[in-house]
Amino acid sequence: MPPITRWHVKLSLLYLLAGLGLGIAQAMGGGGVLFASYVHLLVVGWITQMIFGVAYWMFPRFSKERPRGSSQLAVVAFALLNLGLLLRVVVEPLQTRHPESGLGGLLLVSAVAQWLAGLAFVLNTWPRVKER
Amino acid sequence: MPRVSLWFVRASLVYLALGFTLGAALLANKGVAVGPAVWRLLPLHIEASLVGWVLQLVMGVAYWIFPRFGMTPAQRGREGLAWLAFWLLNAGLWGVGLAGFTGSPGGVATLGRVAEAGAAVVMAVNIWARARASGLSPM
Repeated sequence: MPPITRWHVKLSLLYLLAGLGLGIAQAMGGGGVLFASYVHLLVVGWITQMIFGVAYWMFPRFSKERPRGSSQLAVVAFALLNLGLLLRVVVEPLQTRHPESGLGGLLLVSAVAQWLAGLAFVLNTWPRVKER
Repeated sequence: MPRVSLWFVRASLVYLALGFTLGAALLANKGVAVGPAVWRLLPLHIEASLVGWVLQLVMGVAYWIFPRFGMTPAQRGREGLAWLAFWLLNAGLWGVGLAGFTGSPGGVATLGRVAEAGAAVVMAVNIWARARASGLSPM
């Protein structure tokens, strides 16, 4: 298993725990302000991140010389996905509770980071999806 | 990877790009408000991300990688059923997503959900017997 896959998988397990923990916090009265963070910890942090890591490891080879495609793109996808997700999880509840806080720009940064992470993964993975 | 899995997986990558694009627009709108109309993208974002990206990828990879019955491609089960699942899933997700986006009556969304459930049933029936202890490795 390549190092970037190990990072993806281990972080995805941490996000799973964090997501379930946030679910408990909501049930104990944390309110709807945590709901978007809860959903995205699970869908982006756990499921999507696990897929990014396992696909990079196990999908058909890109070529003999570069079996997994671009390792740089994989690192970019990993870094931006996690930067964007962490920013969102922290900033979104604060921004919702205190719209006057001036943190909205960070949500824009988070949105762009996650979007670029998705594009990087698609670009790197697409040529590896082949019949044989 | 069999051709139907290639279609499932490539479609899932397209939906990942679509789901992340719509999600980025929704999140950016929370930070720098563009307008309430952006919220109409939410049903499409949810369908593209959960059904189009995650569910579709899982179906395609499962059909490809589960233990096979033998050495020929046909021994992954009936490929025609896998194609049926592919088209039902994609028709269903657009039905549900567009019904939410346009605010259409519930009938369209219901039909879409029925198609998605039909895809799941067809895929489950087709690979049920392949969920077993041993088999040949994927090709």
